[in-house]
Amino acid sequence: MEAEITLQVDGIPRTLTLDTRTTVLDALRDRLGVTSPKKGCDHGQCGACTVLLDGRRANSCLTLAVAHDGADITTAEGLAGRTPDGGLHPVQRAFLEHDGFQCGYCTPGQVCSAAGIIEEAAAGHPSGATGNLQTEGGIELTDAEIRERMSGNLCRCGAYANIVAAVRQAAEAAEERRGGAADPGQPAVVDSPTAASMPAHPEERP
Amino acid sequence: MIPFDYRRAEDAASAVALVTGHPEAAFLAGGTNLVDRMKLGVAEPAMLVDISRLPLDTVDVQADGRVRIGTNVRNADLAANTHIRLRYPALSQALLAGASGQLRNLATTGGNLLQRTRCVYFQNPSTPCNKREPGTGCSAVDGYTRYHAILGASEDCVATHPSDMAVALAALDAAVVVLGPGGERVIPVSDFHRLPGTEPQLDTVLAHGELVTAVELPPAPPRSAYRKVRDRASYAFALVSVAAALELEDDDAAVPVIRDVRIALGGVAHKPWRALQAEAVLRGAEATDANFRAAADAELRQARPLGDNGFKLPMVRNTLAAVLRDLTGVPAPDAGAAGTDHPEGPDGPRGTGWEDTTP
Repeated sequence: MEAEITLQVDGIPRTLTLDTRTTVLDALRDRLGVTSPKKGCDHGQCGACTVLLDGRRANSCLTLAVAHDGADITTAEGLAGRTPDGGLHPVQRAFLEHDGFQCGYCTPGQVCSAAGIIEEAAAGHPSGATGNLQTEGGIELTDAEIRERMSGNLCRCGAYANIVAAVRQAAEAAEERRGGAADPGQPAVVDSPTAASMPAHPEERP
Repeated sequence: MIPFDYRRAEDAASAVALVTGHPEAAFLAGGTNLVDRMKLGVAEPAMLVDISRLPLDTVDVQADGRVRIGTNVRNADLAANTHIRLRYPALSQALLAGASGQLRNLATTGGNLLQRTRCVYFQNPSTPCNKREPGTGCSAVDGYTRYHAILGASEDCVATHPSDMAVALAALDAAVVVLGPGGERVIPVSDFHRLPGTEPQLDTVLAHGELVTAVELPPAPPRSAYRKVRDRASYAFALVSVAAALELEDDDAAVPVIRDVRIALGGVAHKPWRALQAEAVLRGAEATDANFRAAADAELRQARPLGDNGFKLPMVRNTLAAVLRDLTGVPAPDAGAAGTDHPEGPDGPRGTGWEDTTP
């Protein structure tokens, strides 16, 4: 069976007719030529396909495109363009700064996931590493929180130590921009923050 | 994946009518397990009825203290719900112990209940499996059984139910609200999933076409908690998990007495395993580590470990005792004391088949 759907991909509406069996990942990569989300395991175990689906991180390999007609999708590629200065997203800059990758295959999924967890923590969503579920409000992204929240993104090169450092830096910068404590009213992803408080990309340093 | 017809449900009743009228139809919500099984060739629905846009996505606290959780509430949102976090911590903890953050953003309450076992033989269509193809035999009984059942299994199936959430719901005495062609019915969550017996292809008591519309929680117990033991620190299925809901006679007593307790075990059976024998030992008993362990032993008398999973017996014993200690404030025993198979003990447990033999 075929169906016509429209997806808003990295800010651009894309209408296509596809087989109902097509996942969001295959629609992006094979039909729309958006290849930043990667196919790793294709079973939701590795996280390389992670995108922001209607603002929340999701495994694009495990969900059918036809079920998401009208959805807004942000890939790692689109994260970059959505900062006010049009440059890389602070999470992407932090990954470069901290060498948070080796081969880079898992990286688009890692940065989408990291952008997602910064917003989730600011919105007060707890994780398995959150000690006290009885408190409300934004949650500080400690290393333990970052490791737990990023556990759905595998890195076969083993760049985890630097990934944690990169996410920590991006989270701290996001917190600084919010003026201290995380504020659920200030989403980090949808309204992508200015890169002013982030360290410059090594190649851009004076 | 075989081709299928896709329909977006207009409302719950028409979704039920569509699936009831088509023997090969299935409901689609978050899809994180169903789509995976379709890719594996384990599920081959000819029609998907998408219920994900139905407005069954709210958590409603009712005047009598009960809570009604819509079937489309995402696992991430249920775990983060303030009322659930404060009043039913076992449920939040169980949800947060399951899957990954990006999966919890997609997965729904009803879908979590209806996810199927991750038994490696069930998920591999090239191996015999009575659950996938009745009558072909069970590859796991004499195969890889690390993740398999020690309680309530049959010679036809030794698979375990993979949900964390459902284990917490069993300890919280939740009920599942189901809409069928003949109307609504409410099923206690402990009766919702089945033991395998001679029909392991049936995970639940649902008839074809019946749709889970909500989960109902009774008023919150004074204390509840969930603890999961797994092969890595995060993002793995349970080897063993324990959920408990508990009420003491006198919260301030030096050695409190347990007025009421409900315990459910995960990773050990074809369904969330309500530990009724353990509960019977503990009701009216003093909250002591010795009593917690005696309760676990009472439950485990009926256990039948397989080749690779004898380690689950001490693991259940230790995890059950740890959860109840945390809930009652009872201190941990001396890990080095005789007769203690505490996992943090200096030499680990002995003679239980899970010693570390590496030099």
